[in-house]
Amino acid sequence: MSIFKKKENKTIIAVLSGKGGTGKTLVSVNLACVIPGAVYADCDVEEPNGHLFFKPINLKTKEIGILIPSINEEKCTGCTKCVEFCKFNALAYVGRVMVFEEICHYCGGCTIVCPEKAITEVNLNIGKVVIGDSEGTRIISGFLNVGSVSGVPIIKDIQKQIKEEEHTVIVDCPPGSACAVMESVQSSDYCILVAEPTIFGSHNLDMVYKLVTLFKKPCGVILNKCDGNENPSKEYCIRNNIEIIAEIPYDSELSDINGNGEIAARVSQKYKDIFMNIAEKIPKVK
Amino acid sequence: MNKYKKLLILSGKGGTGKTTVACAFINLAQAKAYADCDVDAPNLHLVCKQSQDSTNTDYYGLQKAHIDPEKCTGCGLCTKYCRFDAIYSKENKYFVDPFSCEGCSVCEFVCPASAIFMKDSITGEMMLYSRPSLFSTACLKMGSGNSGKLVSAVKKQLYDNLDKGCEIVVIDGSPGIGCPVIASISGVDMVLIVAEPSVSGISDMERIIDTSNRFGVLIAVCVNKYDTNIPNTLKIEKYCHNNNIPFIGKIPYDKMAVYATNRGISIVSMDCASGEAVKNIYTKTLEIINKA
Amino acid sequence: MKIAIPVDEKNENSRICVSYGRAPYYMIFDSDSAKVEFVQNTAADSAGGAGIKAAQLLVNHKVNILITERCGQNAADVLIAGNIKIYRATKALVMDNLKAFLQGELEELSDIHPGYHGHKN
Repeated sequence: MSIFKKKENKTIIAVLSGKGGTGKTLVSVNLACVIPGAVYADCDVEEPNGHLFFKPINLKTKEIGILIPSINEEKCTGCTKCVEFCKFNALAYVGRVMVFEEICHYCGGCTIVCPEKAITEVNLNIGKVVIGDSEGTRIISGFLNVGSVSGVPIIKDIQKQIKEEEHTVIVDCPPGSACAVMESVQSSDYCILVAEPTIFGSHNLDMVYKLVTLFKKPCGVILNKCDGNENPSKEYCIRNNIEIIAEIPYDSELSDINGNGEIAARVSQKYKDIFMNIAEKIPKVK
Repeated sequence: MNKYKKLLILSGKGGTGKTTVACAFINLAQAKAYADCDVDAPNLHLVCKQSQDSTNTDYYGLQKAHIDPEKCTGCGLCTKYCRFDAIYSKENKYFVDPFSCEGCSVCEFVCPASAIFMKDSITGEMMLYSRPSLFSTACLKMGSGNSGKLVSAVKKQLYDNLDKGCEIVVIDGSPGIGCPVIASISGVDMVLIVAEPSVSGISDMERIIDTSNRFGVLIAVCVNKYDTNIPNTLKIEKYCHNNNIPFIGKIPYDKMAVYATNRGISIVSMDCASGEAVKNIYTKTLEIINKA
Repeated sequence: MKIAIPVDEKNENSRICVSYGRAPYYMIFDSDSAKVEFVQNTAADSAGGAGIKAAQLLVNHKVNILITERCGQNAADVLIAGNIKIYRATKALVMDNLKAFLQGELEELSDIHPGYHGHKN
């Protein structure tokens, strides 16, 4: 297959799980490896791990910043309109206006309400987006600086990048179902939900499944760490008529490969085949 | 200060067995009151079964913007000023996407037609069970934030409804190290950390110990699935020893634990290795918390 | 001199509230007039930044001393800028803390914990 696939063949696949540790990154990384020309995008900006496996080269880095207020104390008359307006309590007035950067939601409200035009906005770096290459797979990773509050601006930048890509994109989403995940789900064509074989796993699966159905996205489930015993997540899928794309057995070989930071589909023919099979089951949505 | 003791169980990431340990403690202590502070993904109710339905109350977070379609003139200023791409237009009318709205109220301020107003939004639900035990829990709605405040509300709901005779309160904490964890720690007597013998597990543990220390609470550490990585378990033991933190037990990896969990029963109700280990940890925890 | 203490209830028998920023009320004692007033903490319901807003409230009430069990960094920044000194509470009841302070038994709060702000996710 040519790597210069047509744009119509582009599918954005979001990989999700209710909690961390289910194997979401394992699935995303390996799928990106076996789909020719695929792009891997790591939106788990608080704990990006995909790059540890891909070890991408030819890196291009883009710094991501937000706009936070800066007070011109000569113009400020101490009217405190900005303090009263700020819904996030990021400003205080004690003889001068104090700005608490890490609480600021960069809404720009204070600059608008200031009657003296004493507030301007300055850039505050919150992280970066790094694009690189790993054996022909494009790797996009977002990194949120430690201490910065919200990774949403970084995820939005990655989403922009994803839109420009010409090939299938595998999006490794943050865990949970908070705002950061919704950004990723909203812009996807298909969602893969990764679940563990416990009742906690099925309960967390229920949460992400509800999120995916809220946005009316087609989806399928990959059951990970299957040990041959009962699997409440599988029962959940059957009960709710959700397609099970694959069942990945618990395998110490796989956890060793993974633990060493290697990609199973690259070092093991067995796993290459397993993930090729999974890739074929994903519908071409567009 | 308080007659009853408040024990909080914490771990860094999810999946370390925190809830399993919490459930075991609740059984062993025959705790009359407990709470689940993992409001992003509450799990304790799955294993600590209650015989009655809960009393539910809506939980309100930040207000969100609403546009009155009658008053909206379609000028589009709100979209221009919104930094969160939360306002979209359809047939010359403007609408708020509640998932993207951060509640900053800039749109309300700039709207020349006074068509935009801020309204309370339900961001979660609190549940209180009273039989056979008092159990306070909550769940955030999808895409909602502010879980720290909800955690405080869950604890308050528990304390406000306590019986006089209550001796120990067990609280299943939130994962991570952020705001919800701080809200969990605030006001408890003791933190029991369930650590995982992995590199990231150790770093998570160190961060929680650091945070707990600031609150001046008692701290003890136990390791779950210790036999999956003995060298790392030894590292945790050594760390605790060097930092004067009681290391009070090791729980082995146990298939029976999964079996028990999937049936909604506690590991201490079964004859299994992990259950025995948790019983010992429980005894040591009581010694520490009752001495204080 | 005005002394503020976070309290759970609006009376002099109240316990001190463990949470400074989210206390429902502050008891403010004016040592010049020896009068006590209770001020509702409008910051208590804030989704985030409650400590900052509460500090602003105390600054606006021209408080000189805050007695509390703990205090976050952001709030402390505002309090210090407003020349409010922070003392560590050692007793359960609000009045016992006030007495202890007036007798010079309380120490200044030295360990301010880093700001754990009410963030978005």
